[in-house]
Amino acid sequence: MAQVTATRPGEVTSPSRSGANARSRRRLNVIRTGVLIAAGLFFLVPIAAMFEFSTRGTGIGAARTLTYWRAIPTYPELIGAIEVSLELAVITSVAVLLLLAPTMIWVKLRLPRLNRVIEFLCLLPLTIPAIVLVVGLAPVYLWVTYFFGDSTLNLWFAYVILVLPYAYRALDAGMAVLDMHTLAEAARSLGAGWLTVIFRVIAPNLSSALINTALLSVALVLGEFTIASLLNYQNLQVEINNLGQASAGVSIAVAVALLIFMFALLIALSFLGRARHRGVQAIPTAAPAPSAPAGEA
Amino acid sequence: MPLAWLGAVPFLGFVGIFLLLPTAIVTIEAFASEGRLSLINIRELSQGYVVDSFVNSVVLSTASALIGAVFGALLAYAVVTGRSDGWLRRSTTAASGVLAQAGGVTLAFAFLATIGGEGLITVFLRDHGVDIYANGVWLYELRGLVLVYTYFQVPLMVLVFLPALDGVRVQWREATVTLGGTTWDYWRHVAVPLLTPPFLGATLLLFANAFSAYATAAALITQGGIIVPLQIRTALTSEVLLGRENIGKALALGMIVVVTVVMTLYALLQRRTARWLR
Repeated sequence: MAQVTATRPGEVTSPSRSGANARSRRRLNVIRTGVLIAAGLFFLVPIAAMFEFSTRGTGIGAARTLTYWRAIPTYPELIGAIEVSLELAVITSVAVLLLLAPTMIWVKLRLPRLNRVIEFLCLLPLTIPAIVLVVGLAPVYLWVTYFFGDSTLNLWFAYVILVLPYAYRALDAGMAVLDMHTLAEAARSLGAGWLTVIFRVIAPNLSSALINTALLSVALVLGEFTIASLLNYQNLQVEINNLGQASAGVSIAVAVALLIFMFALLIALSFLGRARHRGVQAIPTAAPAPSAPAGEA
Repeated sequence: MPLAWLGAVPFLGFVGIFLLLPTAIVTIEAFASEGRLSLINIRELSQGYVVDSFVNSVVLSTASALIGAVFGALLAYAVVTGRSDGWLRRSTTAASGVLAQAGGVTLAFAFLATIGGEGLITVFLRDHGVDIYANGVWLYELRGLVLVYTYFQVPLMVLVFLPALDGVRVQWREATVTLGGTTWDYWRHVAVPLLTPPFLGATLLLFANAFSAYATAAALITQGGIIVPLQIRTALTSEVLLGRENIGKALALGMIVVVTVVMTLYALLQRRTARWLR
């Protein structure tokens, strides 16, 4: 079955086409359009409603106003939370890359027996929901606080775990289309040490997978609520939620801004993915493209 | 060769402390009370309020998974019948990526702004003589949660189901037609049998996703424990009764059991799909 030419349904227009075929084609198009419009409405109306809500004036019949948007900088806790979450996003991306990428390369090259173990450990957080993890993390974080002080930035330890499944898939997809053994042997025979092999030979060849991983981490960290809130840390989502009690308008304005930012991030990611596929067209994509995190809900 | 193992130590150490240890704490301390082996926490799971929350969680997850799976599959089909590298497909995939994890505070706010007491749709319909809350406000009940969860379940279904639909070759349809089959025959004997395992698998994944979700419900419902994750919040944040400090761990263990069973079934179905999805 594998050698069948990979044509997508719908792209093919066979020369012989009966009337019945054309009719079912038309019917399909009607259904398609209906589904797409319904989906568009379902997904866009709540976002539009948030935007509408965040620009409401006070009082009945009041004009549209950007008061809530302008008020964002006047909440110091909010600005602080934005800063902390951005810092966490950077720390988590760097940490997960430094921890996971070299380990995966090393294991694939030198410890193939450990391959399945690493995969299992990386995908394990998918079966341990964040709400469960936080129950067990609470005692662990007593020690973290003891050693590293009480800082919201400590959350990066937990966030690396949350990012692992998505990071693993992104990196694995990148490594599947790279002949690491040949690269490593070539570099080794030219006298390179293992650190050089990993950081200067293989890592640059994985650049788009590394960027993918970093962007996914950023998206996940900026949206994280469960662990921060139950460990009593004030990150962006927790602060937006708190603010919701004081001023729904402002917190919804921030939420809209964040959503737009995330969308831009993921669009960037999809374009990166496309560029990569164009680069390696000859090689069949063995691994599925990394899907976006779906855990935090 | 033994030295090569050192390379994996930092990773294994980190995962050991921040993933395996917490899981072990939950599993072991669910069976402990005041430092001694005890079944008191596990027995607490049979209390009415806990059973109710588990039932509610299962109902919520099942309903939102089925709705999400059906509509997500429809949407994925609408996308896949278009051009494979077209604008529609790229933007739908990107949007699904964002929306599948848009759950949480933002999503709760979005629905408050849409169908909350002063929401866009609520106000619009009220102005036109329709009161969606004539029989009481249902947004903060299980029904409301099902609707809100659908918002991230459908995009997740699109992401998970698209590869399966991509695997369906147009040649199979041509073969059916060549052999004298109709469109109905094609769906009845080729497409549906092939797509059933990935569809069921994706539904299970959606179930686990809804079952594990916490942030959306927590932001929407600030008190009480209608579903298990909110019960865990109560157990973690309220005053602990002496000897009952590990109830949260028992609840968490219950969740692990449910999610593990569901994800194992998912993995089995996934393996079945992988046979032809190449």
